[in-house]
Amino acid sequence: MSRQRAIDASMRRVVITGQGAISALGLTADETLEGMREGRNGLTTLEFQDTERLSIRIGGQIKPYDPALRFSRQEITLYDKFTQFALIAADEAMAQSGLVLTEELAAEAGVVLGTAGGGLQTQDENYRSVYEDGKNRVHPFVVPRLMNNAAASHVSMRHNLQGPSFTVATACASSNHAMGQAYSLIRGGASKVMLTGGSESMLCFGGIKAWEGLRVLSKDGCRPFSANRNGMVQGEGAGVFVFEEYEHARARGANILAEVIGYAMTSDASDIVMPNKRGAKRAIAGALRNACVDGSAVGYINAHGTGTAANDKTECAAVREVFGAHADRLMISSTKSMHGHLIGGTGAVELLACIMALRDGVIAPTINYDEPDPDCDLDVVPNEAREAEVDVALSNAFAFGGLNAVMVLRSI
Amino acid sequence: MTKSVAEQVIAIIAEQALIEPEDVKRDATLEDLGIDSLGLVEAVFAIEETFDVSVPFNANAPMESDFDISDVGSIISAVEKLVATAGD
Repeated sequence: MSRQRAIDASMRRVVITGQGAISALGLTADETLEGMREGRNGLTTLEFQDTERLSIRIGGQIKPYDPALRFSRQEITLYDKFTQFALIAADEAMAQSGLVLTEELAAEAGVVLGTAGGGLQTQDENYRSVYEDGKNRVHPFVVPRLMNNAAASHVSMRHNLQGPSFTVATACASSNHAMGQAYSLIRGGASKVMLTGGSESMLCFGGIKAWEGLRVLSKDGCRPFSANRNGMVQGEGAGVFVFEEYEHARARGANILAEVIGYAMTSDASDIVMPNKRGAKRAIAGALRNACVDGSAVGYINAHGTGTAANDKTECAAVREVFGAHADRLMISSTKSMHGHLIGGTGAVELLACIMALRDGVIAPTINYDEPDPDCDLDVVPNEAREAEVDVALSNAFAFGGLNAVMVLRSI
Repeated sequence: MTKSVAEQVIAIIAEQALIEPEDVKRDATLEDLGIDSLGLVEAVFAIEETFDVSVPFNANAPMESDFDISDVGSIISAVEKLVATAGD
């Protein structure tokens, strides 16, 4: 690459031209956003085999969900639920973008998705079949269903994306790490179009049973930042976005939803489950530096906000330290209170709230907020959505394992 | 000889603290023993498995859980209570 081309590449801007989602709040991005606007609680009683043996029985389960309405019988045989969710969200995002991939564009267009559990439903069903039911044979597609890259691969096949494609697994930060990679690939000139986001489906007996062991799940609701919070609640679903190089999007007259202006990732290098203020703070500050914006420009933060005692307190302290006095002027909300924690898919669904803030001037609330907590004394947009003009929004993700990723978006 | 509830609880705590059971004092807190949040959930799991009881402990609100973990002695009493109730 010549020096001039290298300089041009470093100037590439990345915009979002399509969004798709499926969550407990709705079967599309629009329905999910409608739920966020209404401050709707999408958490319900879990319905699947053996829930009577669980002590945690609530979650952000997508109901009603009938894969037969979206996929053929052969496809259902091949797709774990986390793949189905990713495909549904990707179809919506591609349709909205209006992109038509020429062979030349398809050769570089790719897909980077996050997931933590991959085909956990498939593992759960088939372990039950061999261990509990004593069967000695499983369906031949178990491996292609359960592999963590299954969703990304099927999205690439469905939309003819032949460029850089892979899956990122960083627990609760998977989607943000994935979207950060997609952003970097476009910014660096490797591709003009990337589908990116994440997907998760851990709502099955084994999935919940494993989490019960850590004793961080709430039995009765997700109340981020509220003094009476008592844990996180799991959700399921996917969010997928079309990230596109700005000039390319402009030249084809695309409807631009927002611009991605920065991203940073850090590792706490301290504890496998406990969050760390320093790591979170470095990720937020790093993202602002990468985006070349001052903290005072930030109007809204979509919080990691899991509703655990440890996360919410640590996250608020990190925000306070990065933003100083401006921390009292910005809004920060956790939409997990409504759709639950989608683990590897959560950052993607939550990015919708950032885009809504920038585009529509509507700030998604933190619902179930009952009692102020002096350790979380920020404007958490309690219980009701709010209208406000926002130019720059952040999305935080701080994962188990101490891996953090923060995205910065700007209105355009 | 069957071990008492207290002896078994102390053995579980000693294993998490990487010390000998005789060095576990009843007035020691988990912090004194160097047991962190992960060590605590592991100990709770070991207690449930050993005594076949369900421990009402939420890592988010340890103080509000109906299971007193303020020191070794209180954990022993709490387990004794659970074991007694389980026998009802």
